[in-house]
Amino acid sequence: MDVSQLLFGVIVSTVLLISSLIIAAFAVLWLSGTGYLGVKVLAAAVLGVLIFSGVNAFLVKSWTWWKESKIRPLPDKKLFSFVAILYVVTVIFALWYAFAIVLNKNWAYDKATRGGYELSFSELVADTWSQKKPRLPTPDQVAGEIWKSTGTAAAKKWERTEGDPFLERISEVLGDKRNLIRHAWLTLSATMLGFVFGTGLGILLAVGIVHNRAMDNSVMPWVITSQTIPILALAPMIIVVLNAVGLSGLIPKAVISAYLSFFPVVVGMVKGLRSPDSMQLDQMRTWFASKAQIFWKLRLPASVPYLFTSLKIGVAASLVGAIVGELTISQDGGLGARMLQGNYYGATLIIWAALIVAAALAAVLVSSVGLAERVTKKRMGFVQ
Amino acid sequence: MTLILAALVVWAIGWGLNIWISHQKPGRWQSIVSAIIFGITLVIMWELIVRGSGISPVILPPPSMIINAFATSTDILAADFIQTFMKGVLTGYAMGCAAAFLTALAIDRSDFLKRGLLPIGNFVAALPIIGMAPILVMWFGFDWHSKAAVVVIMIFFPILINTVQGLDAADKMQKDLMRTYAASYWQSLFKLRLPAAAPFIFNGLKIASTLALIGAIVAEFFGSPIVGMGFRISTGAGRLELDLVWAEIVVAAVAGSAFYGIVALIERKATFWHPSQRK
Repeated sequence: MDVSQLLFGVIVSTVLLISSLIIAAFAVLWLSGTGYLGVKVLAAAVLGVLIFSGVNAFLVKSWTWWKESKIRPLPDKKLFSFVAILYVVTVIFALWYAFAIVLNKNWAYDKATRGGYELSFSELVADTWSQKKPRLPTPDQVAGEIWKSTGTAAAKKWERTEGDPFLERISEVLGDKRNLIRHAWLTLSATMLGFVFGTGLGILLAVGIVHNRAMDNSVMPWVITSQTIPILALAPMIIVVLNAVGLSGLIPKAVISAYLSFFPVVVGMVKGLRSPDSMQLDQMRTWFASKAQIFWKLRLPASVPYLFTSLKIGVAASLVGAIVGELTISQDGGLGARMLQGNYYGATLIIWAALIVAAALAAVLVSSVGLAERVTKKRMGFVQ
Repeated sequence: MTLILAALVVWAIGWGLNIWISHQKPGRWQSIVSAIIFGITLVIMWELIVRGSGISPVILPPPSMIINAFATSTDILAADFIQTFMKGVLTGYAMGCAAAFLTALAIDRSDFLKRGLLPIGNFVAALPIIGMAPILVMWFGFDWHSKAAVVVIMIFFPILINTVQGLDAADKMQKDLMRTYAASYWQSLFKLRLPAAAPFIFNGLKIASTLALIGAIVAEFFGSPIVGMGFRISTGAGRLELDLVWAEIVVAAVAGSAFYGIVALIERKATFWHPSQRK
């Protein structure tokens, strides 16, 4: 890997993007003024796509030129992908900032008319990127909000509890209702509890289905059908019913998480436990293996790749389940409750902060399942 | 007590029937019949146990109450169905599919973009996108437009990824053959690559059909006019009108399965040549 190649890609994409962003911003302002918001958003989107494709064509051309020029060695594929991903991420951020101008500008103009002053272009941009309750906050505002509600909130609580015993101070900081970390933890614990139960029950049912023809015939069609219906719609009712019988807090959310991760695991495990072909099963039979031996030594190991694929889907579904559960009942907090709170007060920054933390949580969960998958598969000899 | 005993008897009869069926000569009818028997057994047991064990019908209404609620409030259910499914889901589904498909065609022309967008698309597909719902409700208002918007962003990436992968599905030999025919980009797209991509695209469409209904219903939890399936479910649960909620869930389940079934049927007609469709 050549560093100069990397630099080339990065510099070209950044320069092009910044210039295209400036052009886009000007064009958007020119398009704005008065008129229906939807039309302007559409116009901005069309413009964004045009600029985007122009920049892209240029970049691809220059990249091809670079690749084919005989002076340098061919760039390796990893580097190529890295620059490509970087480029797309930069485009997304550029569009994000551009849309922040479009969506927040009405409020900025409102303030200007009421205050009786004219807005210059730079003032408008500065205003749209730093509003208190923007329609679309910029990435740096969201990052600031996340920091404020985690690090700063913890530091403040730490100062306020001055004089308490050390351990108590820590627990107070961790239990602070204003701290996003606590909300993330609540969501995570419900997700994990539900995920573990859902996966366990799913595997048990799959084992039953594979070993019992009657069960296979009667239960499996319902499991498959359940994939096509919006089971998430059951969430509010489950919460209310469990509350009525005296269960509240973590358990109802975990129940929703569990049944969302349950079905993908059943389907994947049934496929996995059936994956050994008849040759392998015949081999086991020639060794006079019992049913239990076939299960432990052949079927279960063979199902591992399928299990991990469904676990990745299941853990993402569990998180969605926990969040939607929190949206229905929000007394004790959680990321979903934060979103609902933000929704009530029109505090978009709170919603976005919760959303980004939820996304980060999903990424961490899915990638740790992916890591476990890679390690397990390597140890079991699926990949070299 | 007798009712609970009756429930156990029903269970034993249903299970016995299914075991008897599973020992018959295998055939297509077997699974269908035993699935139906299993479903009916569960419903009868639900009815008998709720009535026999004194569970309050407010918490878990027996099926007869749900059927009753279904019959007495068909007009409400129909209005909700039109608001959520006809307006929100179908509009969003059409817009999202079109947008994702066109984006996929555009991305497919550049190897650079494909490399950049596919990992990001895969990443986004695992995120809890449904959390965008409150923001979109703020942007597009309470009516069905915001629900359609939620549907669009929920189904965009699954369809995009599947279409881009599908457009790569034609093998090198086939592409070379098109080149020897001096086929233009569009000719080889329509005659070779799109048909080869069809199984992938339909896979995306099927995933999207389920996601679309979920997106529209959950988005209605955040704010909607006083009609809609999600609205009815969340307020009905709050008011403990659980028979109506269950009726609404039955409607959602039937609509979801039917939607999926229709997409699957179109797939069967359109990709009859694919190995997975052969009988």
